[in-house]
This record gives sequence, C-alpha cells and structure tokens, in this order.
Amino acid sequence: MFQQMQPGSHTATVSLRETYGKALVALGKQDKNIVVLDADLSPSTMTCFFAQEFPDRFFDCGLAEQNMISIAAGLAACGKTVFASTFAVFAACRCFDQVRICLSQTGLNVKVVATHGGITVGEDGMSHQAIEDLSLYCALPGFTVIVPADARETAEAVKAAASTRGPFYIRLSRIKSPIIYPEGYAFTVGKAITLREGKDVAILATGIMVFKALEAAEALAGHGINCRVLDVHTIKPLDEETVVKAAAETGAIVVAEEHLAQGGLGSRVAQVLARTKPVPVEFINLGDRYALSGQAEELLREYSLTAMDIERAAKIVAKRK
Amino acid sequence: METSAQKANQFDLSVPQLEQMSKKLRRYVINMIATARSGHPGGSLSAADIVTALYFKILKHDPRNPQWEERDRFILSKGHAAPILYAALAECGYFPVEELSTLRKLGSRLQGHTDRTFTPGVEMSAGSLGMGLSCAIGFALAAMLDNHKYRTYVLLGDGECDEGQVWEAALSAFQFKLDNLVAIVDYNQIQLSGKTQNIMCLAPFAKKWQAFGWHTIEIDGHDFDQIISALQETRAMKGKPSMIVAHTIKGKGVSFMENNVAFHGKPPSPEETDKALKELE
Repeated sequence: MFQQMQPGSHTATVSLRETYGKALVALGKQDKNIVVLDADLSPSTMTCFFAQEFPDRFFDCGLAEQNMISIAAGLAACGKTVFASTFAVFAACRCFDQVRICLSQTGLNVKVVATHGGITVGEDGMSHQAIEDLSLYCALPGFTVIVPADARETAEAVKAAASTRGPFYIRLSRIKSPIIYPEGYAFTVGKAITLREGKDVAILATGIMVFKALEAAEALAGHGINCRVLDVHTIKPLDEETVVKAAAETGAIVVAEEHLAQGGLGSRVAQVLARTKPVPVEFINLGDRYALSGQAEELLREYSLTAMDIERAAKIVAKRK
Repeated sequence: METSAQKANQFDLSVPQLEQMSKKLRRYVINMIATARSGHPGGSLSAADIVTALYFKILKHDPRNPQWEERDRFILSKGHAAPILYAALAECGYFPVEELSTLRKLGSRLQGHTDRTFTPGVEMSAGSLGMGLSCAIGFALAAMLDNHKYRTYVLLGDGECDEGQVWEAALSAFQFKLDNLVAIVDYNQIQLSGKTQNIMCLAPFAKKWQAFGWHTIEIDGHDFDQIISALQETRAMKGKPSMIVAHTIKGKGVSFMENNVAFHGKPPSPEETDKALKELE
C-alpha cells in the first residue's frame, strides 16, 4: 500500500500535539467516561481543546506531575479512561515512581500522552529534551509504548489507546511532522508498518525518524541499494515477527530513533535479533550524551539524526553483510 | 445484592465491641508478623483503632460484594501497615481469617505491602510512601463526576508526610473542593529511624493542614468516641476536604513495642510474641 510512497510528494506538515488535542475532543464526545488531566501545560500539550469542550471532565493538577499520575490511577480505579499529559521529560522522569507503583504495578487504564519528546524540543535545552523516556517506559511491565510518525498515526494511536485497556505511554514531538499516511490507513498497536519494500537493508525507525528513513531509502535507491523501511510505532510490545522477517530477508538492519543509545528501539531490536536472527546492525541515535540548546533542525544535524546519517549507516551495514 | 443497598455500616459495633474488636485485630497483626518473621508491627498497632472504627462502624461496604459501586472507599497510603488492613478485611469476611497466616509468603494474596490486584477489598496498591492521598483524590473526583454519594477515606503515616507529593495533594484536594474526601494521619510521631521531631519536624502539624484550607480535627486516635465523632463530623463539611490528625502511640497495646522505634519494621521473637498476645487478651 505504501510501496510507491515518495517522500518528496508529501510536503504538508501537521502538528502532532494539535492532532492529539482534537482526537481527545472527538473521543470525549463519544465516551463520557474519558477524563483528561494536565499539569499546567494544557496550552502546549493541547489538552486545552478538551478542557474547553468538557470542563467538568478536565482537571489541571498544577505543576505536580506525581500528584497527577496518582490522581489518574484513582480515577481509573473507579472505571474512568484517563489521559494524563505533560512534557515527556516530566512524564518520564519527574513521576517515574508514581507511574511504576500506581500504573505499571496495577495495570490501571491510564494513558500518559507526553508532548515535546526528544531533542527537537530545541531551544529550551537539555533539561527539557526527553531522550531517556522510551527506555524508562519500556522498562515497566504492562506498558504499551508508542511513538507516532505523523499526525494521522497520532490520531490512530490515541484512538487505539482509548479502546485498549491498560497503561500506555505515547510520545509526541513539539515540531510539526510531514504527513506520511493517507487518511483511514490501518493502524494496529504492536504491528510495525512496512512503508517501503527492499531486499538489501532494512531501516527500522520510529517517530520523526520514519520520514527521514524514507528520504534515506529514496536516496539509497539511486545508489542501487534497495531499502525496506519499517515504521516501528509501537516500541513495546515490539513486533518481533516483522523485525525478524526484515533481518532474515535483508540481512542488514539500521535502527533510527531520537533517543539515547540505551533502552529504546535500538536496544530492543538488538535483543530480539541476538536471540533469533543475528545480523549486522547500525544504530542512529544520540549515543550517551545530552544535547544543547538550538533549533530543532540544527540539533538533528549536530547530533547526526538526519536522512544523510541514515544513508551512511545503511551503506556501512550493507558492507558488513 | 440486597446487602448492597445498605445505608450504613453493616456491623455497626458499639464502643465496647469496637474495643474488643481492635484487640482481636491487634492479635492477628502480632500473629501474622510473627509467622511471616517480617513486617511492620509498630505502625499497624498505632492505626488499629482507626481502621477498626472505619470498617466496623463508619464505612458503607459489603464484604460479599467488594466491587459494589456505591461502597465507601478506604485507601491505606501507609502500605507497610498492611497487616492491620488485612486483619480487618478478613474479620469482615472479604477472605478467610485462616489466610492471614500466609502474609508475605510466596503465592499468598497478602503481599508485603498492599496490592489492589491480589487482595479482595484492597482499593489501591501502596508501598512507596506519599501516593495514597493523590489516589484518594482520583476516587473522590470520580464520585463527583458520577454523582455517587460514596465517601473516600485515606490513612497516611506521619513520616509519610515528609514526601512532597502529600503536599501537592493537599493543595489540589482544596482546589477541587473535595468535601467527599477524608484524610486521617496516624500521628504516632515515630518514623523508621527515630522521632519525627528529630528526623523531619511536622509541627505545628494540624495548623499546616488548616493553612492548606482543610477542615482539620485533632483527636486521640485510640479513643473510639473521638474517632467516631470526628469521622461523623466530616460528613457535614461542605466545599472542602477534611483532615483528622489522630494522635496515636506507635506499637499501641503491646507494652514493649509502645513508642519503641525498634518495632517499626521488626517482627517479635517467639517469646515476645507470647508476651504480646498475653497483653492483648
């Protein structure tokens, strides 16, 4: 379905946060059981749309993320479907113990939807750049962890989270993202999407790196390297079957993510392949360091998270076969 | 179920009966912790009278229907006092009293700290301190949203109030005007490594809660008349949450455990167990 996708033809960029806010309103209309919490960031996380539409079902917990997560658990224990939003740095780091005890250990029906994930939050600098959140949430038993690649995937992920019981972590970017998917495409939690077929190398990407992977694949095709591109939107549970199939059929993998080297998609893919289908793997990520203040695109270049970096990694891994 | 339509606590014990019941529950606590050879006797014993009053006089609940929607909710935020909650739940009939001897053993439904996924009647998991008041706010908000009449009660430890989250919750319960929420602090003035005044002074404790906008009542947490009248008084409160600062004695009821820091998290020896059980006859 997506095999003929040409990244150059998809120039429209849409805000994932705005899409999230609107998706929440739509869900709120269908289901009065949905309750939304925020921690004084609703104009940025875009839960403000829900707050305006359903003031009775929106609670601003103030700058108190620990409190927010435990309140969410209490509401969920009484049968509510709870969305709790803040920036990804706070959602992952400020209230990790509350997430562990109140959500992971209970399995309660709370969806932590965090915006401003990754380094593309930009100028605010390292305190605000969530680059360890995927590792932390993937470490928690029972959590489903999703990083949508575009606005349409954001809407699908939010809908799927609302209709699937149990705790979710969804990471969204601050920046707008190019549209990859057509409306009404098939999204399934835990099922990676093959965006482009190829036999030489498979690029496994998540979040904003998916579009860059498509750009890299296009460029590589010009060099005679045919890349498969997978959108691994669900990092946990990982779609092991599709990952292993890609390794078996291409024999070389590149994993691209806007995250530290440890504990994110790269670590999880490597673990699966080490056990089932060891092939050469190259990793595009931030390594083991914090990033500085700067504009989003500048930072992606500075920290080697561009389509060209993926292209280079694909060439290297193809030679390692 | 017909019992679920109840308007009041189905046990409705008198004060002398409550005094007998709390002694019985204290005996369970000693036996459980002695059998498990681990656990926290001090904070279970200081909370025993409060928990007894709640389950046998105040809470609308139905042990035969633990998920009854209109039940009052009780959250034990100081999760290490799990033995006193388990004792009360078993005595009410949520699970067999015989099961109490499985506390902390592999495969038991009675985990070391409270866990809502294992134990009938346990409303919320706890163990890492400071979270229960926030969880209780979630229960109280849900009641408000659904127009339910049930009330939410939460018991905190005093040492637990060192945790910043407690004060985040204190702010928000006032903000949300939760008059269906009652918090009780087991103010025994001893925490794990010493007296609260030496570790982290809470005084003037009641005044702090007043300053946060809570209707605040100070009582002797071992006097059933005071416990009951304070809990009943909170029902009349409109527009703000209630806090009952219950002055208690850590290890209450067992002479050598009373005000003894050592019995925060230490089980009694076999000889100490015999002595404790005699004192609680």
